[in-house]
Amino acid sequence: MPDASISLLVNGAPVSVTPGTTVAAAILMSGPRARISVTGEPRAPLCGMGICFECRATINGFAHTRSCQVLCEPGMDVRTA
Amino acid sequence: MKQHFDILVIGAGPAGIAAAVRAAESGARAGLLDDNPAPGGQIWRKGAALPAAARNWIAKLDASSVVRLHGWHVFAHPGSGVLMAESTAAAEREAAELHYDKLILATGARERFLPFPGWTLPNVMGAGGLDAMVRGGLPMSGKRVVVAGTGPLLLAVAAHLAHRNAKVVAICEQAPMGRLAAFSLRLLSQPGKVMQGINYRWASRNARFHTGCWPVAANGQGSLESVTLQSGDQQWDIACDYLACGYHLVPNLELPVLLGCRIQNGFVETDKWQQTSIPGVFCAGEPTGIGGVELALLEGQIAGLAAADRINAAIGLVQKRSRSQGFVRALANAVELDPRLREIPSAETIVCRCEDVPFHALGGYSSSRDAKLHTRCGMGPCQGRICGAATQFLFGWGADSVRPPVLTASFSSLAAASCAADHDSNDILNQNRKDTHTL
Repeated sequence: MPDASISLLVNGAPVSVTPGTTVAAAILMSGPRARISVTGEPRAPLCGMGICFECRATINGFAHTRSCQVLCEPGMDVRTA
Repeated sequence: MKQHFDILVIGAGPAGIAAAVRAAESGARAGLLDDNPAPGGQIWRKGAALPAAARNWIAKLDASSVVRLHGWHVFAHPGSGVLMAESTAAAEREAAELHYDKLILATGARERFLPFPGWTLPNVMGAGGLDAMVRGGLPMSGKRVVVAGTGPLLLAVAAHLAHRNAKVVAICEQAPMGRLAAFSLRLLSQPGKVMQGINYRWASRNARFHTGCWPVAANGQGSLESVTLQSGDQQWDIACDYLACGYHLVPNLELPVLLGCRIQNGFVETDKWQQTSIPGVFCAGEPTGIGGVELALLEGQIAGLAAADRINAAIGLVQKRSRSQGFVRALANAVELDPRLREIPSAETIVCRCEDVPFHALGGYSSSRDAKLHTRCGMGPCQGRICGAATQFLFGWGADSVRPPVLTASFSSLAAASCAADHDSNDILNQNRKDTHTL
């Protein structure tokens, strides 16, 4: 079994993940989308590697962070649009 | 933060790791920067068993004196011999002024995405994209996945997903069977690559493998429910939870272009020692031609040794590299895109996902720049990294000019870049002149 799980908040709801999980994966585990596009469509990660910006979220207060490039940390506060 | 390196390497994939290790072994103070949280790049991404070469090189890196900046991205080049970077760490936004004597660009490649109706639905991802998400912890057990697009990556991704207990329901390669067979014959001179392909196909043996086949629509309300596939005159729907679709790779050229490196036929031009058109700036790996891990490792080592003024030690590697370059051409031929892929987008299909610019809005423009000014296509946060390769294929447009910041940066980091530029005001004047010219 992997190490003990990490708990973080995605839009205020607690999510438990294993160490090494990206914030983008945690966002998809907690709901179907990462952001709303400029014309109102739901969007989720496309490239998984920091190129497309579809996974951007506010992490610990920092807006427009590419969540696929950041690993989950205990107590992290993640907010999607 | 302000640091100076004899040799600074940008990108910690195979080429960058090899370059940094060889530079440090040569006694240089070497730095290695990458925006991912761990070394390995996309191909040696953690979260799955790594091949022996990956383990060996990462062990060499761990044992080396290389100064490592993981979770950092370069956003500006305010003057000669200096790059500005910002940390993506969750706790703070820190800017760094990184000075260098020699620079090695090992920025890798990204997937090429081609638009089709429904490709903006959640759970439609790249092939490498879904693979990266799964390595990043996305659960796959029992999920039905269609893998599509083109290139050797498709089989590798399908094998990995099957290993993660996903149900790969179809693998669709746009290239026709004849071309794939020719490519496989070409590979017979490289038994390692053949065995790798056979192992991948065995791992995903329960999936139907279609050639000359591609998705023409992703269907679902709010999220993906099914994919419409087309092969010749036939169309059929297949139910799935994920579509992993990527049309091979395109090089990440933003930094080489920002620095002014000469580009030829879509790739960074380099000499025998991996040096670009700018003295002291080297380039290795996929930005010089899509050739895979083995070639990237050779190019990275050559660049690292040459940057450390040890070209004699690189001569053997240069000979090995010339033997690998036939693979680059064979691969490019094998994955050549079928012109019918241009007919897939409908009028309403979104091409630019950042600004939601539909296909019908892009008719009649002559270039990326023209379309950008009139429609905002390519103006969003990805700066055309996704739609640029698509519009190049769909309309024949070349890449737009590159200007700083090449990635989003906080105001405090931009201010730090401006201070760094003040120390080098002549260079900034030159930079402005260049920008005016490209307009």
